[in-house]
Amino acid sequence: MLRAAVDAGADAVYCGFQNATNARNFTGLNFTSEELHSSVAYAHAHGAKVLLALNSFASAGRFPLWKEAADCGARIGVDAFIVADIGVAAYIAHHHPHCRLHLSVQAGASSPEAINFYCREFGIRRAVLPRILTIPEIRQLKAEIPCEIETFVFGNHGLMVEGRCSLTNYAVGISTNMDGACSPPSKVRYDRDSAGAVIASLGSHVIDRFAPDEQAGYPTICKGRYCTAARPEPFYAFEEPISLNLMEMLPALAAVGVDALKIEGRQRSRAYVGNVVGGFRKAIDAVAAGRAPDLIDLLALTEGQKQTQGAFMTKKWR
Amino acid sequence: MKHVTTKRLPPIPAVCLLPVQPLLKRIVKRIILDHPTIFDRLGPYKQCSYVIDAGRLPFLLLLRPDPLNPRLRALTRGPAHPCDARITGSCAQLARMADGCGDGDALFFSRDIHITGNLDAVVCLRNAIDDLDGSIMDSIWGMLRGPGKLLGQPARRRYHRRAATWA
Repeated sequence: MLRAAVDAGADAVYCGFQNATNARNFTGLNFTSEELHSSVAYAHAHGAKVLLALNSFASAGRFPLWKEAADCGARIGVDAFIVADIGVAAYIAHHHPHCRLHLSVQAGASSPEAINFYCREFGIRRAVLPRILTIPEIRQLKAEIPCEIETFVFGNHGLMVEGRCSLTNYAVGISTNMDGACSPPSKVRYDRDSAGAVIASLGSHVIDRFAPDEQAGYPTICKGRYCTAARPEPFYAFEEPISLNLMEMLPALAAVGVDALKIEGRQRSRAYVGNVVGGFRKAIDAVAAGRAPDLIDLLALTEGQKQTQGAFMTKKWR
Repeated sequence: MKHVTTKRLPPIPAVCLLPVQPLLKRIVKRIILDHPTIFDRLGPYKQCSYVIDAGRLPFLLLLRPDPLNPRLRALTRGPAHPCDARITGSCAQLARMADGCGDGDALFFSRDIHITGNLDAVVCLRNAIDDLDGSIMDSIWGMLRGPGKLLGQPARRRYHRRAATWA
């Protein structure tokens, strides 16, 4: 998968180990230390960087797992660590001071004061911004911080409060932020009823029912449809299945000083990575050359086959 | 599952599947030979049984991805076969996924594939297959010899032509 991203033109690729130290801790995904070693070599040979995600939150008694992951990443020579937990940030800043630190969106740092704190205390070199800021807000923020900024441009649009969402934990006892898995597949069930509709459940909670010809979304509580006494017809209580797509806004993002663009999808396929990364590579190169980006159709790869510019365009995006 | 307009071939009785079994055995062995690490990522799911219902095929496929004793067998349609997970989709869509040309999540969103049973096992299998370099379909094409190879060439060319426009 890392190779697919590099081959499609990514300048840098995020990856994680096969454990709770990263926020995409899904079965069969991620890297052993040996795999990471060869993948870093491949990326470097092709001029790309590898950023190791250690962006979940360590809990009492489990910190050695994050320390070992950081030590291993430093030994292998990853180009940066992306972190959210201040304990993990402090450990890397102290023990691996030569390594670059990036601040994950999981840290939920959206003000100059918060980002400046991370820069001052841990030497953070880049902050990934939460997907709740408009373009003018990003411009203002950039003027008041000393580090690079990175924004999401494509992928999942499950906002909630990034780094603080406990819906999965509430439903099944597994924490998105501390165990690294939102709606872990081991707790998801799909049943088909006699009418051909699919009923999606997380743990013991039914979270949606998709009619036979209806588009589906991820089985997450925030994207579920529910009924209440006041509103008996099923409705999206939080937000509907939809993906972020900012390809049209690339010139605006460049103009306000965004340094790096992030495509979400470590748990997606080679086909997704190839198409989305390849499409954005061409669009970014066009913008860099002063041309309008060639907008390619990525709708088939979006959640619910719907896309939005989210809060980047307006505070009320629903 | 989307409404399927293509017709399924009539189910085949079990006895008619006997000649298919050795071919399927060869296919899975060839895939493992060409991609020896394919099932390394399956961890606890190496012993799982996956039933694959490929749309128009007149039979089902049973996959047990145990690297030491891999099994791919044809099953009759009709009786409910016990399994850990069942994956349903058209032949073309499932081939796309197996070959890294299709995105499983997108196919799920569009209801082109349907999954029941142990979703973790299915996601794990998807991740294992997606981790591959190279093409599973090319491994299968590569097995063809003599007249089969000759007859298979147009289908292979058509597959690659279509794969280039997928996803």
